[in-house]
Amino acid sequence: MSDAIIKAVEESQIRTDLPTVSVGDTVDVHVKIIEGAKERIQVFSGVVIKIQGGGMGRTFTVRRIVANEGVERTFPFNSPRIDKIEIVRSGHTRRAKLYYLRDRVGKKRRLRDRRRGLGRATVEAVAEAPAAEAAE
Amino acid sequence: MANAILGRKIGMTRLYDDEGKNVPVTIIEAGPCFVSQIKTEEVDGYNAVQIAYEDVKGRNSTMPVIGHDAKAGVAPKRFHKEFKVESVDGVELGQKVSVEDFEAIKFVDVVGTSKGKGHAGVMKKYGFKGQEASHGVERKHRSPGSVSGRASDLGGGRPKKGIRMAGRMGGERVTSRSVQVIGVDKEKNLLLVKGPIPGANKGLVYIREATRLWKRKARIAKA
Repeated sequence: MSDAIIKAVEESQIRTDLPTVSVGDTVDVHVKIIEGAKERIQVFSGVVIKIQGGGMGRTFTVRRIVANEGVERTFPFNSPRIDKIEIVRSGHTRRAKLYYLRDRVGKKRRLRDRRRGLGRATVEAVAEAPAAEAAE
Repeated sequence: MANAILGRKIGMTRLYDDEGKNVPVTIIEAGPCFVSQIKTEEVDGYNAVQIAYEDVKGRNSTMPVIGHDAKAGVAPKRFHKEFKVESVDGVELGQKVSVEDFEAIKFVDVVGTSKGKGHAGVMKKYGFKGQEASHGVERKHRSPGSVSGRASDLGGGRPKKGIRMAGRMGGERVTSRSVQVIGVDKEKNLLLVKGPIPGANKGLVYIREATRLWKRKARIAKA
């Protein structure tokens, strides 16, 4: 019963407007940055290497390479600071956490595209494909 | 009437404020409570209000308690809590006290019973430093050290009274002072406060308007 109450409280702030992000996706995360009175949007793009937590505390971590240095940034799924998330491509993965990418250099960093027409991933891929095309 | 209410801790979550900042929030299901007794200066020597919380089946209560609540026109309740007030004017028996009364309040004190920690050592219980990890210390890394000497100021040979030692920890009354109120849900009788409060989930808590505020919080309360 307690869980139901907590969920009801969280409900108003859970964001449903963002696309379904899965591990292995290459994403552009548009983050609102507040500088004094001004607000601007910064894009952080990279590969989603992990999704953790649940409910209000659910987060995803994006890894990218900046000036030859690996940078990882963790975003809460429900943060109002996230303006939007664009899924650029969906990679094929056999792990829930892609920590092995941290040790990879160069071309090996890339993930094979997720195959369409197989398994659960398809539903999302198909749903995302028209959206991605429309964005382009 | 002074603002006080009884409730149960539901659990914690995190919410975002208007600025997009993440705030840790404890959810408390508070009230509705009902005034079950009014004490007055003339009759009892002091002014106080007693509130009753949470319905209880008659068979799980006792006749004296049922009778006590019935006198105030209140259904049998599980918990009763009395608090002193300046004056009892305008307070009626059976009057409802709900989270609505907390809408204008920015800070509260939350009183609860802390989680029992069992028999705990002095490092956990009192934050003693313990002994060194090496330099000849053997099997006494978490011990309190000396408790007295032969020449202590008690005349020697025995420890001072009240010296802090290992033992039962937790399971005692704890007050969290000046906890910020984040929100009130009238329909569901919920009170949302910032940060943790004492005790386990489902534990009984007593909430009252904050009795004193430090600088920063006083400024927020005024605004």
